[in-house]
Amino acid sequence: MNPAYSVILFTTASGAGYGLLALLGLVGFNHGTVSNPVFGLVAAVIALGLITLGLLSSTFHLGRPERAWRAFSQWRSSWLSREGVVAVATYLPALVFIAAWTNILPAPGLIAPLGIATAVLCAITVSCTGKIYSTLATIRAWNNPYTVPVYLAFSLASGAGLLTGIATIFGRYQIFQPALAAVATLLVVLLKYLYWRSIDNAERTHTMAAATGLGAGVRQWEVPHTSENYIMKEMGFAVARKHALKLRNTVFLFLLLTVLALAACQITPWFSFVAAPAVLFAAVLERWLFFAEAQHVVSLFYGAEKA
Amino acid sequence: MTEPFIDTSPKTWDEVKTTTCYMCACRCGIKVYLKDGTVKYIEGNRDHPVNKGVICGKGASGIKQHYSPARLSKPLIRVGERGAGEFREIEWEEALRTATLWLSEVRNKDPRKLAFFTGRDQSQGLTGWWASQFGTPNYAAHGGFCSVNMAAAGLYTFGGSFWEFGEPDWKHTKYFLLFGVAEDHASNPIKTGLGKLKGRGAKFVSINPVKTGYSAIADEWVGIKPGTDGLFVGALIHEVLAAQKIDGEHLQRYTNAPWLVIENPGGPDDGLFARAESGAALAWDSHTGTPMPATSSDALPVIMGRFTLPDGRRVVTSFTLIAERFLSPEYAPDAVAEKCSVPAATIKRIAAEIADVAFEQQIELDIPWTDYTGRRHEKTVGRPVAMHAMRGISAHANGFQSCRTIHLLQIILGTIDVPGGFRYKPPFPKPIPPHVKPAGKLGQVKSNTPLPGPPLGFVTSPEDLLVDAEGTSLRIDKAYSWDAPIAAHGMMHMVINNAAKGDPYTIDVLFMYMANMSWNSAMNVPDTMKALTAKRGDGEYVIPKIIYSDAYNSEMVQYADLILPDTTYLERWDCISMLDRPISEADGPADSIRQPVVEPERDVRAFQTVLLDLGARLGLPGMTRPDGNPRYPGGYPDYIVNHERAPGLGPLAGFRGPNGRHQGRGTPNPDQLKAYIENGCHWFHELPDHMKYYRHVNWDYLDWATFFGFMGKPEPIIHQLYCEPLQKFRLAAQGHGKNIPPAEHRARIRKYFDPVPFWYPPFEGDMVSESDFPMHAITQRPMAMYHSWGSQNSWLRQILGRNWLYMNTDRAASLGIADGDWVTVTSHHGQIKGQVKLMSGVNPDTVWTWNAIGKRSGTWGLSANAPEAQKGFLLNHLISDLLPEREGGYRFSNSDPITGQAAWYDLKVRVAKAADQSAMSAPQFTILKVKR
Amino acid sequence: MTSLPTPQPNQKKLGLVIDLDTCVGCQACATSCKEWNTQGYSAPLSDTDPYGSDPSGVWLNRVHGYEVKEEGRDDSRVVNFPRSCLHCETPACVTVCPTGASYKRAEDGIVLVNPDTCIGCKLCSWACPYGAREYDYTVGVMKKCTLCVDRIYNTNLEPEDRVPACVKACPTGARHFGDLGDPSSDVSQLVQAREGFDLLPEMGFKPVNKYLPPRKRRDAQTSKAVALPKGDGSAMDRLFKWADKLLGSGTASAAIQEDHSDKLEG
Ligand SMILES: Nc1nc2c(c(=O)[nH]1)N[C@H]1C(S)=C(S)[C@@H](COP(=O)(O)OP(=O)(O)OC[C@H]3O[C@@H](n4cnc5c(=O)[nH]c(N)nc54)[C@H](O)[C@@H]3O)O[C@H]1N2
Ligand SMILES: Nc1nc2c(c(=O)[nH]1)N[C@H]1C(S)=C(S)[C@@H](COP(=O)(O)OP(=O)(O)OC[C@H]3O[C@@H](n4cnc5c(=O)[nH]c(N)nc54)[C@H](O)[C@@H]3O)O[C@H]1N2
Ligand code: SF4
Ligand code: SF4
Ligand code: SF4
Ligand code: SF4
Ligand code: SF4
Ligand SMILES: [Mo]
Repeated sequence: MNPAYSVILFTTASGAGYGLLALLGLVGFNHGTVSNPVFGLVAAVIALGLITLGLLSSTFHLGRPERAWRAFSQWRSSWLSREGVVAVATYLPALVFIAAWTNILPAPGLIAPLGIATAVLCAITVSCTGKIYSTLATIRAWNNPYTVPVYLAFSLASGAGLLTGIATIFGRYQIFQPALAAVATLLVVLLKYLYWRSIDNAERTHTMAAATGLGAGVRQWEVPHTSENYIMKEMGFAVARKHALKLRNTVFLFLLLTVLALAACQITPWFSFVAAPAVLFAAVLERWLFFAEAQHVVSLFYGAEKA
Repeated sequence: MTEPFIDTSPKTWDEVKTTTCYMCACRCGIKVYLKDGTVKYIEGNRDHPVNKGVICGKGASGIKQHYSPARLSKPLIRVGERGAGEFREIEWEEALRTATLWLSEVRNKDPRKLAFFTGRDQSQGLTGWWASQFGTPNYAAHGGFCSVNMAAAGLYTFGGSFWEFGEPDWKHTKYFLLFGVAEDHASNPIKTGLGKLKGRGAKFVSINPVKTGYSAIADEWVGIKPGTDGLFVGALIHEVLAAQKIDGEHLQRYTNAPWLVIENPGGPDDGLFARAESGAALAWDSHTGTPMPATSSDALPVIMGRFTLPDGRRVVTSFTLIAERFLSPEYAPDAVAEKCSVPAATIKRIAAEIADVAFEQQIELDIPWTDYTGRRHEKTVGRPVAMHAMRGISAHANGFQSCRTIHLLQIILGTIDVPGGFRYKPPFPKPIPPHVKPAGKLGQVKSNTPLPGPPLGFVTSPEDLLVDAEGTSLRIDKAYSWDAPIAAHGMMHMVINNAAKGDPYTIDVLFMYMANMSWNSAMNVPDTMKALTAKRGDGEYVIPKIIYSDAYNSEMVQYADLILPDTTYLERWDCISMLDRPISEADGPADSIRQPVVEPERDVRAFQTVLLDLGARLGLPGMTRPDGNPRYPGGYPDYIVNHERAPGLGPLAGFRGPNGRHQGRGTPNPDQLKAYIENGCHWFHELPDHMKYYRHVNWDYLDWATFFGFMGKPEPIIHQLYCEPLQKFRLAAQGHGKNIPPAEHRARIRKYFDPVPFWYPPFEGDMVSESDFPMHAITQRPMAMYHSWGSQNSWLRQILGRNWLYMNTDRAASLGIADGDWVTVTSHHGQIKGQVKLMSGVNPDTVWTWNAIGKRSGTWGLSANAPEAQKGFLLNHLISDLLPEREGGYRFSNSDPITGQAAWYDLKVRVAKAADQSAMSAPQFTILKVKR
Repeated sequence: MTSLPTPQPNQKKLGLVIDLDTCVGCQACATSCKEWNTQGYSAPLSDTDPYGSDPSGVWLNRVHGYEVKEEGRDDSRVVNFPRSCLHCETPACVTVCPTGASYKRAEDGIVLVNPDTCIGCKLCSWACPYGAREYDYTVGVMKKCTLCVDRIYNTNLEPEDRVPACVKACPTGARHFGDLGDPSSDVSQLVQAREGFDLLPEMGFKPVNKYLPPRKRRDAQTSKAVALPKGDGSAMDRLFKWADKLLGSGTASAAIQEDHSDKLEG
């Protein structure tokens, strides 16, 4: 699949944003009114900023962004629609929650319940994003049980990484922050390892023979057009296997770097300034690979033997 | 939510007009949907005899050709050096005055100094007549490089031909053999026919080195080695003769099989038919045991045997000679198998299968008919084996004889113009050969005087040749000379290079129309470009003036001095006439017109109208009234309606006479075009059933055809298995007669002008070393492209924007070539570079590519880095116009020695992985300026 | 309407049947489709860089070329393979659509995109296994085969012309249009008789369009080896005897004046 930058940016930025927002919700839930309002405001602005950036960037991917509102209508059947609905729905409790936390809205009683609600909605949104991909039967690498967990774990890891960094700036650093980030990052490592093992081992059961109905001896002879078409540009992209392995290792490298940096926060919390970018970079690279390694069934019509 | 409302009956057009497609030469009927005067949609016309509603990939893309950015928009005159692409736009008046000046000088001095050659055109009725009125013999259309072998072989054998002069009986045939066809002119009818055939379960065999397109859907693919069909078919003949699976009655009555050939080795009459005083050929009558006129109704001719005539001359039936040739071991399946790369068992089986279908599965239609002797046949008997062949046969130097071999097989089996066989399309059959001789002999070409006849025709003996006392050609292309005596369509491929060499002489004006002669229709492209720009010592171009009419910015436009921009096919009147290349159906004659469906918004004029205008300005008699005014002031439509070739016969056969009630013959009808338009721009006359078959000998048909002007008198058309005219040339080569070939031509004529078909290896393959050039290289027509002109079409070029060199997978492996490698292809003449694609459905000794996809950078309204130019390539650069030197130094043209047909597919090459693997084809030429 | 309509009893399922045995790959269906639809329901079908180095555009129908080596044969054959939307019965291209622009008509099963509400998110094209959705970069919405919904019911056209543009165009008659929900329709009968098949049946999309497989060859590998019987003696002599018989009397052979049997053999 073509790794479109708008989509990569969308999923990684909004993933981190929702992760951070969810954690803020939990922090708010935990600490109630004792929390630092400035820290809360800045962190929440960053979280919502990332989410909004992601959502905006996702609309760049649309051919008709001015019609984006229409995407809320099909929540009954479409994960993309659900994601849109939940994503926007998250803003509501989130904004009220922030307002209460920062005492703009003097309703301290709302902080805890809205904090929890925000966190839950964040998790649902990220799950919906994952679901968009994991429900596509046409793309084996996505139609995989690890897809949603990976999205969630990455969201949490990058959110926790960010949280550590922001907290450090505001002197609100607490051990649980890097610890959580490290655990989430290790979870990502585990899930990603399992994911890659799973897609590497998955039997590619769709064949050109079944796609064309022409039997096992079929091979592509002539492309329909000598110039590339949308399908070839969009679904024909495939990163070379050797290159992909290198990139996978780079992802692991950055994830481990993240964990090490988080551990080093024991020495000084400023190491979170290594950890946060490292996990974000790993997320972007991982997302790029998520697309670039995914083979679409339609490639069978364009010469691939199996998918 | 509910479904959105959609309008399922939108009317996206405000008008529908019928006309005739010209995205290729098939000439289907189309309906053009227009909205506010712009073309919206083009579909096949369901009522049209040619395509019956279907359309092809090109036809449905006509919009993009019509609105192409490559269209020319105003007359141009060259201002820079030739080939540099520098022109000045001029007004039509200046263009026409300039052309008139150039042409009148020539006509005054020596009309021969004008070479007027037209390409893909379909108004040869007009252009040929114009040349003859002008007085130059140097006229031809593209037939000489296209498929004259097919036309000539057919017209000298059975009075029809493959090409467009006949078609398989799609309705009845049970076994169909297709030789060397990728697409052909009958694009849609062949496809429709194959669809029907498959639906009926008839067997379809394709003989072709490549298994794509039609061959891909054949029941059986015979992956023959190029140039060897004559052997393959010869072996089939061998088999059927050996088993006597022959339509004896047909041979006896309707062919020259029983005609008596004089056997007098060394004598002046050797190999000619023994004739009665009346000139009638004799046959041996078995009742009386004496010779009798072969067509006399009392004779029961013997078809095998040698006899002595009462005057002591020894004679043999022509069928005996044929049997001796094809029963000889040379033509036995086992002997030919390896040469053709077709297993002997396959040849034997196919022979058995056709014999079975022809004789055990014969068709009888309840249609009584009467032959020319008055014999009534209660049933119309059909032998349902049909054959069709085209350029895979014709584009070889042995194509004429190979094609005759196929006709021989058809005739032996009794499958010509019978149900299930190959059927004539009126105006065919014609007398064998048609009674028209080429004009242009010494004394016939005079200053300011028309020729006494048409420049093209059919020679039957050396006396008809256009040569001087030394045997030198009188025509610039050497057609009808000893180089190519039966060049019935001229030799357009030789004109430019001959003129540049001054061999046989130089010319003053080259006038071309609709032919991309500096590119895909040239042999030896690089040298052709040089020839077009060559200068004499005095700085003048060797070809001093070039006038060219094109509609688009083709490669050739760049080499012209004066450009007359034509309309597109949707903007003009045209006439698809039976005087030219007919669109008739086997069931009856048909013709059609094109009407302008949109007005040109550019300053362009229809070429035919321009030609008539020039004719009037030059004062050509046919185009001028006695008072000096133009005869056809209304231009081409005026001519179409009012021109009469003979009293009552004009370009269109339909709706003639008062009120348009006459067909075929009738006075000009001023409302004729209106009548055509009302009838969907076409006219078709279905023959009654008893005139639909056996038309070469069908009394009623011959009578009717004579009335219609298809032939001079109602005489039977006896199939000429033995071709006597060829023997006359042979006798000349042996020193007999007045017109004797120069010494260097004699051996060649003696060998190839064999009156009995035979096979010989194509010349190029025979002359170059097999180890240096082990592979055959051929082209195929892509179904969705028409020669060069499809590439300007933004839809078609997405489908085929470049070509590859297709190669057999195993052979490539043995040469270390992988899929996608760039390779060099080298012939005795040159080298190109292209990219390889592998496939298994190709004869291992053959490589091929799509024809005419490669473009010269900067042409056709495309950006200079178009894939057509950077990855596409032409084989033409490798194909020499001349054969390697023979003893004595003379270089014959790379053509069939009989007809002069260009031998495109004789090309032999070697293929090797290129050292330079960059994704760029070679050669690349200077970028022509893009003119928009 | 992103949810699929509930199939009714005797549900009409309009679709195409494509005969791979007769398709010669001429592209008539592809260009006719482009031509009709660029001014019809899906209009326009945009082209980008049409005269430049990388021309491409929206086509609702494309013709592939495959080479197939059948089992037990040592040669292969080229199969031309037109591919457009199969108007699946349970297609994910509809259910994934966030806007409802992608929908399946309850009435006849045609799968359409509403060009007025599509946001161009491209998700449906990811969901389609058959590559049948084509994104129009210029207009920013998804395009696909409409089964010529604006032709097949178009009362401005003559009844015979109310078929998809590709079907009308196809010169070989390899394309058939009809109701595959009706077992007695011509198309259903054809599918039955020729063992029409589904593409990627395991995807579970239940394509309505069917493909007819190439027929078995009748060639050197599948035909009985036969040859014409030769008879005894020289072929030339046999031919003389045959010519004699043709005359119904013995006069012809009496006229043979030379013996050829040594020169020739059959
Ligand atoms: N290697 C190889 N070469 C071949 C062949 C092959 O098989 N292999 N085939 C040969 C054969 S059979 C043929 S017929 C030739 C064909 O070759 P050409 O006769 O050169 O045919 P085209 O390339 O179609 O181009 C003819 C010219 O007509 C112009 N034209 C198109 N429409 C109009 C119009 O309406 N009016 C005017 N005035 N001009 C128009 C085009 O712009 C173009 O310049 O190629 C020959 N060359
Ligand atoms: N779409 C389209 N249609 C066209 C044209 C076009 O450019 N495009 N051009 C028109 C013109 S001008 C012409 S002349 C006709 C020509 O129509 P075709 O005769 O169909 O022309 P080619 O494409 O040259 O096809 C020649 C076929 O012969 C095969 N062949 C080559 N050598 C041999 C051989 O020695 N033996 C046998 N048995 N086969 C051989 C080739 O593989 C190829 O399939 O088509 C006309 N129709
Ligand atoms: S076959 Fe030729 S004439 Fe007929 S529709 Fe196609 S391009 Fe036009
Ligand atoms: S072919 Fe693709 S676009 Fe068409 S209905 Fe099926 S899934 Fe949808
Ligand atoms: S591209 Fe259009 S039709 Fe396709 S899923 Fe998105 S909104 Fe629906
Ligand atoms: S049915 Fe209509 S839209 Fe679909 S492929 Fe055929 S022509 Fe194109
Ligand atoms: S029009 Fe018919 S024959 Fe031509 S490619 Fe399409 S389906 Fe095949
Ligand atoms: Mo041609």
